[in-house]
Amino acid sequence: MLTKRIIPCLDIKDGRTVKGTNFVDLRDAGDPVELGALYAQEGADELVFLDITATVDDRKTLVNLVREVARHVNIPFTVGGGISSIQDVSALLNAGADKVSINSSAVRNPDLIDELALQFGSQCIIVAIDTRWVNGTDWVHTHGGRKITEIQTIPWAKEVENRGAGEILLTSMDADGTKAGFANALTSTISGNSSIPIIASGGAGTMEHFYEVFTEGKADAGLAASIFHFKEIAILDLKNYLASKGIPMRI
Amino acid sequence: MIGIVDYGMGNLLSVFNAFEYLGVSVKICSKPEDLSQVDRIVLPGVGAISQCILKLNESGFTKALNEQVLQLAKPTLGICLGMQVMAKQSFEGGTHTCLGWFDADVVRLNPGNSTLKVPNIGWNTIQFDKQIPLFKGLPENSDFYLVHSYQVQVRHEAERVATYQHGETVTAAIMKDNIFATQFHPEKSQDLGLTVLENFINWKP
Repeated sequence: MLTKRIIPCLDIKDGRTVKGTNFVDLRDAGDPVELGALYAQEGADELVFLDITATVDDRKTLVNLVREVARHVNIPFTVGGGISSIQDVSALLNAGADKVSINSSAVRNPDLIDELALQFGSQCIIVAIDTRWVNGTDWVHTHGGRKITEIQTIPWAKEVENRGAGEILLTSMDADGTKAGFANALTSTISGNSSIPIIASGGAGTMEHFYEVFTEGKADAGLAASIFHFKEIAILDLKNYLASKGIPMRI
Repeated sequence: MIGIVDYGMGNLLSVFNAFEYLGVSVKICSKPEDLSQVDRIVLPGVGAISQCILKLNESGFTKALNEQVLQLAKPTLGICLGMQVMAKQSFEGGTHTCLGWFDADVVRLNPGNSTLKVPNIGWNTIQFDKQIPLFKGLPENSDFYLVHSYQVQVRHEAERVATYQHGETVTAAIMKDNIFATQFHPEKSQDLGLTVLENFINWKP
């Protein structure tokens, strides 16, 4: 039986792991390669590395970091941040990344999703959607959450699937950093509408929150950052807890 | 010496790292001629089958692989797309003629249940249907990492050595003579995956 996935996310800035609340206010949380290897040992099912300040200058740093991660981590990992071309994806996959996550560039140029899926296969293309509730509906945001778009979240999720995305990484900016639980209603709507896996992100504060996102939220994977970085919840404890509640887990 | 075929379909660094970790000598083969210097061959691959076939043919690897794998019978491991390309044909985005080492078709996953997603991404419990040296040391209910939308359907049931459930029975591994291939990623499946790779290193077909 396919198990639900627990995915620690490492936000990277200048080669270090950082974590903020509601996308700002960054605190240092350690060396990403070390942290990644530790999480793999502790039972993480996958890792996500997001370069939150990605620029062209940082690209080489990121590729080198990915190469180091690949050397020390033997579970699948995804890299995201500033990816906007076939060349970008090629460089990261060649350095050892298993999947890439695209966000702003997919909004700017939706054809990019089709092109990447054709070139590399859907299974390695994650479209990340940062969403926030504004004036009565959910809107897609870009640029690390700083810019609102004119695209509504639910139809956009369907569009990225139709264009060939293999997974959706759905981050609720309303929930992110609050530790008050995932955005279960929205996650459930999007998961129910799509035939591709949904990774829920934003809001994890307790083990119950993961239980809720897998049941109410119908998520295929739960992603979190600070609760793992600051050792508030140990991954193995979380997985044992979820397994005891009947959620299929790889222990 | 283990040779990993580099035909531009990504993912080979992880496979390389895993073999290096196991302490065997391993070489990236970027030219078809390189294959003559190795005694075991690994055909990795992620991505779309059309590109995969195109690159194997254009690079001259198709011919070299047929010689090394079929005629010289070197022990060969296919992983994920590297397994699917060993079938006769694939129906991923059209109809594509593949290497034809197995009498098999590659068809889209069809779980027939809207809560089961395609691509199937994540860790799944593999059932070992045949006792073969490649599965030595693996406990029952071993979880391996999978990420795919298509599966290999063999015409000869004896060639299917492992399966898993995703709304239907899905082929997880196939074997024939000196060729063994997995849909799951041993190089991404931690200790259990390393066991499979170690078994491959020691395999005497």
